[in-house]
Amino acid sequence: MVKIAEQDTSLLNLFNESRNLIEKDASPLVNQWRTKAEEAFRQLGIPSNKVEAYKYTNLQPWFKAQYAYSFSENGYQGKIDEIFKCDVESMESHTVFMVNGKFIPGSNGNVLPQGVVIGSFFELAKKHSHIVEKYYSKIAPVTEDGMVALNTMYATDGIFIHVPAGKVVEKPIQIVNILTGEKDLMVNQRNLIVIEENAQARVLFCDHTLTQSRFVINSVTEAQIDGTSNLDFYNIQNQHNGTIQVGGYYFNQEKQSVLNANYFTLHTGIARNNIFARLGGEHAENHISGLYLIDKNQHVDNFSYINHAVPDCESNELFKGVMDDASTGAFTGRILVAKDAQRTNAYQSNNNLLLTENAKMNTRPQLEIYADDVKCSHGATVGQLDDNALFYLRARGISKEEANILLRFAFAYEVIEKIQMPELKEQIRELVEKRFRGELDKCDSCVVCGQVDKRGLSCV
Amino acid sequence: MLKIKDLHAKIDGKEILRGINLEVKAGEIHAIMGPNGSGKSTLAAVLTGNEAFEVNEGAVEFNGQDLLDMAPEDRAREGLFLSFQYPVEIPGVSMTNFMRTALNEQKKHKGEDPLSASDFLKLMRDRKKLVDIDSDLTNRSVNEGFSGGEKKKNEIFQMAMLDPKLAILDETDSGLDIDALRIVANGVNKLKRSDNATILITHYQRLLDYIEPDYVHVLYKGRIVKSAGKELARELEEKGYDWIKKEFEE
Ligand SMILES: Nc1ncnc2c1ncn2[C@@H]1O[C@H](COP(=O)(O)OP(=O)(O)O)[C@@H](O)[C@H]1O
Ligand SMILES: [Mg+2]
Repeated sequence: MVKIAEQDTSLLNLFNESRNLIEKDASPLVNQWRTKAEEAFRQLGIPSNKVEAYKYTNLQPWFKAQYAYSFSENGYQGKIDEIFKCDVESMESHTVFMVNGKFIPGSNGNVLPQGVVIGSFFELAKKHSHIVEKYYSKIAPVTEDGMVALNTMYATDGIFIHVPAGKVVEKPIQIVNILTGEKDLMVNQRNLIVIEENAQARVLFCDHTLTQSRFVINSVTEAQIDGTSNLDFYNIQNQHNGTIQVGGYYFNQEKQSVLNANYFTLHTGIARNNIFARLGGEHAENHISGLYLIDKNQHVDNFSYINHAVPDCESNELFKGVMDDASTGAFTGRILVAKDAQRTNAYQSNNNLLLTENAKMNTRPQLEIYADDVKCSHGATVGQLDDNALFYLRARGISKEEANILLRFAFAYEVIEKIQMPELKEQIRELVEKRFRGELDKCDSCVVCGQVDKRGLSCV
Repeated sequence: MLKIKDLHAKIDGKEILRGINLEVKAGEIHAIMGPNGSGKSTLAAVLTGNEAFEVNEGAVEFNGQDLLDMAPEDRAREGLFLSFQYPVEIPGVSMTNFMRTALNEQKKHKGEDPLSASDFLKLMRDRKKLVDIDSDLTNRSVNEGFSGGEKKKNEIFQMAMLDPKLAILDETDSGLDIDALRIVANGVNKLKRSDNATILITHYQRLLDYIEPDYVHVLYKGRIVKSAGKELARELEEKGYDWIKKEFEE
């Protein structure tokens, strides 16, 4: 056995001890990847800050086999509407609940367009083997990233979404990811989204923690976006300070497809997003944005990698952060323009508002451009609140605190504006304001229940 | 209403105001003129509580209260208003939200109920008419992308919304074409009552053709070196500032 000196082997040991349980009743096509993943993980391990891509976020202290792990329990025993409920009766969405990484059956009320499938990855991977065969572990870098390797070893359940060619899912698909329970817990959730040609869907991941246990999450989402199709993807994190979440989002785009992806980190402990988008067909475009609002000792690291593999594609990236207290942040914007990817447009910016001297931000663009006919721009700023603006507001009778909130909100606004769904935009606007007022509750969610002003989401 | 006594203020250790004395009573309009860099904007900034400046001597009384002891927002709530020489652009803060927040904070301070949404919109409409401001401007972010003239009109609009006791207009006339100037002057005249007062900081006689001041002061090198009636403005227009400078140096 090749053993890296300081590498913790507890997760490998646990995997080998529990492999039967992990593989039991699972799709053979999913199981088939575990050996390869294990080999990779044995080499890569959990990334420390010595791994270049994880320079600002050392994951080793957190990912160890010291947390509870329930392999056999492919389903949550309680009733979902007992812990999380929407007061409005007819939800204008398809809402699906996941508890501790596992799909909750029966939580989806609305009728889907014919052929569209939303449900448990564990179950549906068996039923739709052609899709799994084609895409599973083909989009995420199983052998290159220790976290993806780990997830692929342990993957059992998650969300599975398949929108067949030509289908348009009008109502947003809301995935409410709930972490709960009295025990500290590790979760390796695995999601697969396939949007076939000329189809459209909007998918929201709302990430929540409902109890104070420590949650260590390593989720991997693979998304295939076929030609001329359209995916709007939103991730809203509202998790407690003891949460460590590594979210890997791997998108593969075909020709003329459009991806909008928006990441809102409203509250967390340690969050690392790996956002990879491969523009693999001509005239594909994506718009990826993120907003992180952190304080205390919170840490957010957005690592994005836009791969312009073919000519005539466009990418736009905007990440903004408001950082208070002793919070720390990192942003890496890697853009690769392949040799033949002429007429590429790639834009990126990362702007940060630091409210204290203790808050720290590391931002780095990484451009690798091998084509010559390319329009590329990147910019990063780290600044403080504008004293002139602050005084202007106060000179009109607005208190210092309120002026502060207005300005922070103004800074964040640009990212909120990127949201394509008006109801969601309104909801996020309110959540962001609550966050700045220090009033964000663990039950505040991105879930849109019916009308904008009739929201009544709560958790018991 | 306002009593300034021997006011000294500095920035970065440099004394800019070097002993200002001025009294403004309700119902009065005072014009403060003076060459560039003489300290006019500094006086406005110090009166409204800009923390960039340090007051090292003197006292200011505003309606019986110690003005210098108050936070900027409290000064505003007590009825002090500054039309900024350089209004600040605040992308992302809508004019409507800005004005609603400002107005309601001022109301709260006075122990009054916040305005209902419809009353607020009615007031906005009403005040917009007064300054003839493009209604599109109030749908945008505060001053963002406004032209110079629009910014100045927006200051007067805010003044009309907040109905201050004492308004200081810092070169609100500069950069305005004749139509905009008339609009601004009209706004000021319409808002004038016997229980409020205005300090006009200006460079030119031009504005004073539309707004008639009771007193004209010349500020030079951080001091008021000359005070007289409105005829002084005309004299300055004709002769420039050199004679005053000369008089002062002697
Ligand atoms: N923020 C500042 N920092 C340094 N010096 C300043 C600042 N603001 C004004 N001053 C100086 O104070 C003096 C008076 O400026 P100001 O009050 O703007 O004059 P006015 O409005 O009469 O043209 C000038 O010499 C100017 O350079
Ligand atoms: Mg000035």
